[in-house]
Amino acid sequence: MAGRTMFDKIWDLHVVDELGDGMQLLFVDRHVIHELSGYRGQVEIARRGLRMRSPELALGSFDHVVSTAPGARGGNNANADRIIAGFRAESRKAGMRLYDIGEDGQGIVHVIGPETGFTIPGTLLVCGDSHTCTHGALGALAWGIGTTELVHVLATQTVVQQKPKTMRIDLRGAPAKGVTGKDLILALIGKLGTAGGMGYAVEYAGEAIRGLDMEGRMTVCNLSIELGAKVGMVAPDEKTCAFLKGRRHAPQGARWDQALAHWKTLPSDAGARFDAEHAIDCASLAPQITWGTSPEDVIGVDGVVPDRKPDALAYMGLTAGRPIAGTKVDRVFIGSCTNSRLPDLRAAAAIARGRKVAKHVEAWVVPGSWRIKQDAEAEGLHEVFKSAGFQWREAGCSMCVAANGDYVAPLARCVSTSNRNFVGRQGPQARTHLASPAMAAAAAIAGEITDVRGL
Amino acid sequence: MMEKFSTLSSVAAPFPQKNVDTDLIIRIERCTGTPKEEIGRYAFEMARFLKDGSPDPEFVLNRPKYQSAQILVCGEFFGTGSSREMAVWALAGLGIRCLIAPSYGQIFYGNCFQNGLLPIVLPASTVDGLMREASAGNAFEIDLQRQTINGKISFDITPRRKKMLLEGLDELGLTLALEPRIAAFEAADRQRRPWIYPP
Repeated sequence: MAGRTMFDKIWDLHVVDELGDGMQLLFVDRHVIHELSGYRGQVEIARRGLRMRSPELALGSFDHVVSTAPGARGGNNANADRIIAGFRAESRKAGMRLYDIGEDGQGIVHVIGPETGFTIPGTLLVCGDSHTCTHGALGALAWGIGTTELVHVLATQTVVQQKPKTMRIDLRGAPAKGVTGKDLILALIGKLGTAGGMGYAVEYAGEAIRGLDMEGRMTVCNLSIELGAKVGMVAPDEKTCAFLKGRRHAPQGARWDQALAHWKTLPSDAGARFDAEHAIDCASLAPQITWGTSPEDVIGVDGVVPDRKPDALAYMGLTAGRPIAGTKVDRVFIGSCTNSRLPDLRAAAAIARGRKVAKHVEAWVVPGSWRIKQDAEAEGLHEVFKSAGFQWREAGCSMCVAANGDYVAPLARCVSTSNRNFVGRQGPQARTHLASPAMAAAAAIAGEITDVRGL
Repeated sequence: MMEKFSTLSSVAAPFPQKNVDTDLIIRIERCTGTPKEEIGRYAFEMARFLKDGSPDPEFVLNRPKYQSAQILVCGEFFGTGSSREMAVWALAGLGIRCLIAPSYGQIFYGNCFQNGLLPIVLPASTVDGLMREASAGNAFEIDLQRQTINGKISFDITPRRKKMLLEGLDELGLTLALEPRIAAFEAADRQRRPWIYPP
């Protein structure tokens, strides 16, 4: 028998029923819920007279609409406060675990799932958010769902899905200094395009992935949706187990041993066949930065703005043929489910230490969770940022999705560690350049896009 | 119950832009408090209106011949990005009931079926031809039962999804009837993978 992929092993464990034409009913082990899509789902399930089937398999928190202003404990407006209060009340009524604002455990759902050990290898995990693919970094099968599917999960603890094809991407070689998980995945999206993974569940493999810490793998998997794939995964290894051991919701005692034994069986077998295979050489990459309005519009920071997509260039206010480095910036945002974890903040702080944010730049650091904020402060990172002139803010999605009123002004240029540089994503007419935390910190200091390796 | 979909006769608006993301279809601020029934008025907000809030006459759905269009002929990878189902609600709110494109964002594609909206996938060359017909202002006839456009172009759809659209079936209703199977699965799974379930 041919070897099996990790994806197939996990998928097959969750099939409740065959629904015909390749559609299958799958059991959901882990449902992660945030206030924006979650509350809509809760209202709808109540309207239909149904109850949440398995609250013990859910984890909720607040991230999308919360204010991240220093010291804030709610929304930025009455509508946000209404959503927050509604989600809190409905979650309590349903008896599901909810990490409230200002509580250890609160934060961006794709940060706190791994952080609390709720996300573990071999699980099927869904959330009403496209960046749910992040959880695949721990060897979970995870994808984002819409509101109607979310209601379906609340009421039945299942999803209806057609099995995607499988793709393995070999990230070869060891990245150079200054080149992070963010740079690897941006370069990959540049190479394959934003539809490159469409219809596939992607498994990232190879030396560069093995070399990343868990947070770096989360960054890579997070941008799978920008590669067009709903699912991105990394096989669990010693790093995964070491990361999870002792975390609040991770299995303990005998259950930990059972889980560990199972996780060892998950990696794709030698000889497993994938429907598609790609490779990228990571050793030769420079730090990456986007120049256009799609994550595939990406170049090395030492490159020149390409002569393509004139509409995107016009929107971004860039001239083809000019070096991207030296482009003046107005805002810097370090945060989001892509890059707001402790190693991300350490990397940014290493650049900021002893330096000053350029006078014309407003720079923000938004930790991904309450816990990360505390841990960063215990290391003194907040002092590094604050004395350099960065704002040190509360945990949330903030300026990545701009759902809470955190905007970039029209025509202003922002180097952002988030995941989408779409037209208007960070605010109407806002111009977004995606980059790593170190590159973003370097842009804040220099006041322009700059090669972090030169600082 | 969803609105049933059987046949549709309408002009089709050409929307050739590639990689139209769901942020472009509906801004996030409109997803936080706007009732589902009202969300259509904000569809394509950034492209549909001028700075003073008046309709941009250049935007395709504002042009007189496309104002009643129920079909959009789209560029590749339509609906990429965020999982927000409000993108589908916004299109439905504009009266759109059918999309034709070479490919779609995967979460968006699934969300269409949950709302009685038919997303047809066709080869890029076929879509190009339909784009020209749409630009000429020709009316399209979509027949879901026969899986044809204008009686000549065939499209694929899985039988289950076809049946759900034709009959306006709701997936949740069907799955609720399978609860005994789900419960049996869970009971067996608790034996097989006890560490998954909180003690």
